[in-house]
Amino acid sequence: MIIKKGKSGKTADEKWVLRLYVAGESPKALTAFANLKKICQEQLKGKYSIEVIDLLKNPQLGAEDQILALPTLVRKLPVPVRKIIGDLSNTERVLVGLDLLPKS
Amino acid sequence: MKKKASKPAIKSLQKSPSGIQGFDEITGGGLPTGRPTLVCGGAGCGKTLFGMEFLVRGATQFNEPGIFMSFEETIEELTKNVASLGFDLEDLVKNKKIALDYVRIERSEIEETGEYDLEGLFIRLAYAIDSIGAKRVVLDTIESLFAGLPNQLILRAELRRLFHWLKLKGVTAIITGERGDETFTRQGLEEYVSDCVILLDHRVTEQSSTRRLRVVKYRGSTHGTNEYPFLIDENGFSVLPVTSLGLNHIVSNKRISSGITQLDEMLEGKGYYRGSTVLVSGTAGVGKTSIAAHFAEAACKRGERVLYFCFEESPNQLIRNMLSIGIKLEPLVRKGLLQFHATRPTFYGLEMHLAVTHKMVNVFKPDIVILDPINTFVVGDKEFEIKTMLMRIVDFLKSEHITALFTSLTPGNSALENSDVGISSLIDTWLLLRDIELSGERNRGLYVLKSRGMANSNQIHEFILTDHGVELREAYIGASGGLTGSARLAQEALENAKVLTHKHEIERKKREIERKRKELESQIAALNADFVLEESEAVKVITKEQDMINKLEQDKMEMAVSRKAVMRKSAPGNLKKSL
Repeated sequence: MIIKKGKSGKTADEKWVLRLYVAGESPKALTAFANLKKICQEQLKGKYSIEVIDLLKNPQLGAEDQILALPTLVRKLPVPVRKIIGDLSNTERVLVGLDLLPKS
Repeated sequence: MKKKASKPAIKSLQKSPSGIQGFDEITGGGLPTGRPTLVCGGAGCGKTLFGMEFLVRGATQFNEPGIFMSFEETIEELTKNVASLGFDLEDLVKNKKIALDYVRIERSEIEETGEYDLEGLFIRLAYAIDSIGAKRVVLDTIESLFAGLPNQLILRAELRRLFHWLKLKGVTAIITGERGDETFTRQGLEEYVSDCVILLDHRVTEQSSTRRLRVVKYRGSTHGTNEYPFLIDENGFSVLPVTSLGLNHIVSNKRISSGITQLDEMLEGKGYYRGSTVLVSGTAGVGKTSIAAHFAEAACKRGERVLYFCFEESPNQLIRNMLSIGIKLEPLVRKGLLQFHATRPTFYGLEMHLAVTHKMVNVFKPDIVILDPINTFVVGDKEFEIKTMLMRIVDFLKSEHITALFTSLTPGNSALENSDVGISSLIDTWLLLRDIELSGERNRGLYVLKSRGMANSNQIHEFILTDHGVELREAYIGASGGLTGSARLAQEALENAKVLTHKHEIERKKREIERKRKELESQIAALNADFVLEESEAVKVITKEQDMINKLEQDKMEMAVSRKAVMRKSAPGNLKKSL
């Protein structure tokens, strides 16, 4: 389990907890992680944490978030839970999925 | 349960028995081992149950643990749903025989961006398989993924990979799919799963529904191709491979009593053949059920088991009615020798009736099965179906060595023989009950229309219901034809009277002769008496005369002595002799 922590936010209620599920260090996984990091740095600087879960190593963890597709990004906080599947290459859709942009 | 069809010598397709009643017979051993099978059908046709039973039977009977991955029902729902069929999933899960996994996909929660695959599902499945060493997998219904995941191209590619992966894993898998409009499944899963395709169907005809199963495809194996009816009840699934039977059942030479002595007499005095099929047909109210009840009673008294299907009366009503003719069925029911099964024919479809019959027979293991009556199934013009059904029942019962008695109601307006012609060829012994209307009276006549393998009576017997059961009387056959009922009684009385007259005449003659003889004898006696009297008189006279002669002789002698004359002595002797 790799845990990457961003800089802690000023207020607790604004904290974003993100989980990225991947299967090994596949190209898709690496792309997704790079894309996610970039987006977080730009949009949620200092108030996010990313937990990367490798299901090849911990297969039992997939059930909790009902993971089927990989890679999947799960927004645990703030609620409601959101899931974004894919390599996160479309930044706009990722932002919509994370409720950072209103749906057009 | 059939064993695996695989032979050690030739490497043929391995099969995993499903444990589902009848299904393994159709497929010659079960589902293809290590390959995925597609089970498709419309809503509520039993796909989930089929899968679940496959797993439960595998886990409990064949020691093959299984994974149930549900995309529709939660684990709680699933556990509850199948508990009503007698499967204790919780226990099996606790013992690591079965693992349940509920996969939920919520479209509204999911945003799609960029490339992805379904590796997560694979990992999950692999994890589950490895955790209990599963040999069987059910995916129910994987098509739900199509609703949850927007990118069909990826999904299809991944499904193809999934089925391939399942094969590599060597698990026997069932994938269920909702039936589509023109395809077997809505999403065309049959493209990916092409080793074995099973179609479940739930059809309604004439307001009654029947479930049917068909093996559409089975790569590398022969299989029954018909539509087989199946039923789902408290013991799960059962399929009926009934038409697969050939005409090669073993026959018996044993005979069993019909329960009516006179009827046995009409059948060579021995009754029906064991394992034969008896049909009792006739119009309404002629006593078909009574004959059936007699047969049931007689069988139970021999200690045999009887399964009685009644489609018109409730068992209690039947028991009461039969009590009125002196047949006590209730104690037999309590003893467990007689079992009633009453359903309305309209309760379910023909196939379902067949399935129920099949199942009941397998459970109760009777020696005798009675169906009373068979033709209430006829709703509309379904003669062909009924014939097929009866043929299946007859074949099935014969193969099980069960003697079957059917009753059949003939409509009043049609010829008695015609109406049942559809099934007559299936019947071994056919008793026909008919009304005989004569001189304002309606009486019942019974005759043996046919009886294979015996020299049966060809006479119409009068059929009488008494308080001690059915009685058959030889009908009066005279110059004026057959007579029954009071006409017969009158005729009999008439004949009796005639006979009586003759008898009286004989008596009279006898008495007259006797009298004459006595008269003669008395005359003889009188004459005898006279004679005796005369004789004694005569003897007296003779004695007297003799005395006289003797006296004379003596006198003569004395005179001669006195005259000193010599006389021969012989003279008086001669005189005596001449008397």
